[in-house]
Amino acid sequence: MRAVANDEKSEFDALAFFCLLPSLLYVLCMFVYPFLYGVYLSLQPQKVGGFSLANYLTFFSDPYQYGTIWITFSLAIPTTIVVLLLALWLAYGMRRGIFMERTVTTILIMPISLGVILLSEGILGFYGSQGWFNQVLLGLGLIKEPFILTHNYAGVMLALFMQQFPFCFLMLLGYISGIDPSLERSARMLGATPSIVFRRVMLPLIAPGLAIAFALVFVMSFAVFPSAIMLGQPAGTTRTISIAAYQKAFEQYDMSAASAIAVIMGLCQLAALLVIILFRRRLSPAATMGVGKR
Amino acid sequence: MAVLLLTQKRDDMNGPGDTLDSLKLGITKRYGNKTVLDNLELDIRKGEFVTFLGPSGCGKSTALSIVAGLIAATEGEIRLNGARVDHLPPEKRAFGMVFQNYALFPHMTVFDNVSFGLTLKPLSKEEIKKRTDAMLMLVQLTGYEERYPGQLSGGQQQRVAIARALVLHPRLMLFDEPLSNLDAKLRVEMRAEIKQIHAALGLTSIYVTHDQAEALSLSDRIVVLRNGVLMQSGTPQEIHDRPKNVFVADFMGFRNFFKVRIASVSNGIAEGVGDGICIRARAGADVRVNTDMVMAIRPDDIRAGGEVVSGAEDVSGRVEVVEYLGREQEAAIRINDNTRVWLRTAEAIRTADTIGLQFPIDKVVLLPAE
Repeated sequence: MRAVANDEKSEFDALAFFCLLPSLLYVLCMFVYPFLYGVYLSLQPQKVGGFSLANYLTFFSDPYQYGTIWITFSLAIPTTIVVLLLALWLAYGMRRGIFMERTVTTILIMPISLGVILLSEGILGFYGSQGWFNQVLLGLGLIKEPFILTHNYAGVMLALFMQQFPFCFLMLLGYISGIDPSLERSARMLGATPSIVFRRVMLPLIAPGLAIAFALVFVMSFAVFPSAIMLGQPAGTTRTISIAAYQKAFEQYDMSAASAIAVIMGLCQLAALLVIILFRRRLSPAATMGVGKR
Repeated sequence: MAVLLLTQKRDDMNGPGDTLDSLKLGITKRYGNKTVLDNLELDIRKGEFVTFLGPSGCGKSTALSIVAGLIAATEGEIRLNGARVDHLPPEKRAFGMVFQNYALFPHMTVFDNVSFGLTLKPLSKEEIKKRTDAMLMLVQLTGYEERYPGQLSGGQQQRVAIARALVLHPRLMLFDEPLSNLDAKLRVEMRAEIKQIHAALGLTSIYVTHDQAEALSLSDRIVVLRNGVLMQSGTPQEIHDRPKNVFVADFMGFRNFFKVRIASVSNGIAEGVGDGICIRARAGADVRVNTDMVMAIRPDDIRAGGEVVSGAEDVSGRVEVVEYLGREQEAAIRINDNTRVWLRTAEAIRTADTIGLQFPIDKVVLLPAE
């Protein structure tokens, strides 16, 4: 099989290339060119002139700037882990279908269709200190003072969770329900309790899907911007790296420095992805050798 | 040799008794108001090989899954050695199961697949290795320990699936159409192997299939199901030679069915008239004159006469279709406007020939009208 595939690849197929052309052009124009242009911009500081690493050096010498890396990680990593665990739990429970599955799924994925801004406004109204959430708890006498869930770290976490969860849940649900149900049955017949089935059979098979979900949720969370401003403290505890880049670009009009921050942000995301890929290889080295594609 | 090794130790069982002396089923399964199993009652004895036979959707796999504990019966009970087991989860029943698609763990090697069940028991590593190796030897897969299921052929995967279940000394083996994904040649080979293993290890087995040849060759007893209803249960000989109804007869290879009215019964021989012909069959005491019945005969039981003769059980007709089957040929013979007869013969026949047919009285079965 492999030899045949190689033979096919080695020949130049004009039709295949022609069919590939639109997507190739798209990637070149919409991704490769802007990316390279950004890197080029970041290496040409406005104040100094010529090529230099001055933008990067400035960024890493100012704690107010390089601190945003830590802030962003401390938002993105916990969010990703919480989203992943909850989505895994729910999707695993729903793998064989549940009562009113369509309705439940629709409710769960509703936040996707609302958009970040509306969602953030909603959270502000609902979870704010004058919002229903706190008013009800106060009214019932369960709390003495309102929970502060907006304009801080918790608010951004909440918003990120609501945006990321539906994606992650849908992805994992599709992945898990695609695993042959007879694997689970055969493990049970061999004496495995449901928890052993999960640990030794299902989890290793879900691991590749989890890794992909982690990567996507993390990358999207790392780029958090509107909710960090609307629900966070954009000048303090939730000043994420994207806010730093925005301020450089549109408050100080220094496109070059903003590009440098964007490049740093991209490198951070890439580093996290590499860690995930390496981790996943160690976790289940043979999961890709399955019967067919799962 | 490997067989001896495996039959020694049966010390790690749990539940009501280590072995199976008897299994008593009485189960009904409904989905909504659709009954997929209608009070299937069955007694299985130690060492028996019982086959559930029927077309797809007859409830045979459902019955097997209920015995396994993978789905719950709507009503009824399962008794193992007299004690109810239908409340036990599958992992507590100590039954082995082989699945149609093998259901091997794709992320584990052959060794890990086979030893999976053993690792869940309080056994030493050496013991696990010893038993796994012995099992792999039994199914002739020594040397394949480090392969992954995706690197094995269908037949090898099926052997791993069988080994994985057998290594735990199950008190009951359940086979869910295990051979239907294999090619014809391999299927016959694996069939013989399953039969040999069953006998050598003294297993008690329930086997599900839609293939009558498989059922006949493997079973001590065949249970024919249709739409969740037991149609007939008996030895392969009984099912093959004396089907009790049109459905079982049709499933067992009878191809010629004649709707007849019984014209006379004398000396244990009934004469049926219908479909423009007159056929005689051996009849039991309960057959009455003037009742509507069906007479059936297999294509290979019909004798083709060289010359056309007239007589009570002789008919003649024109050959319409000839199917070449290698050693023999099967031909459709038009004997009148609404009746065609299928004949299987080793003699040469050609389309448009006119030939005489005889229905040997001992080969015709008399069945109740549907």
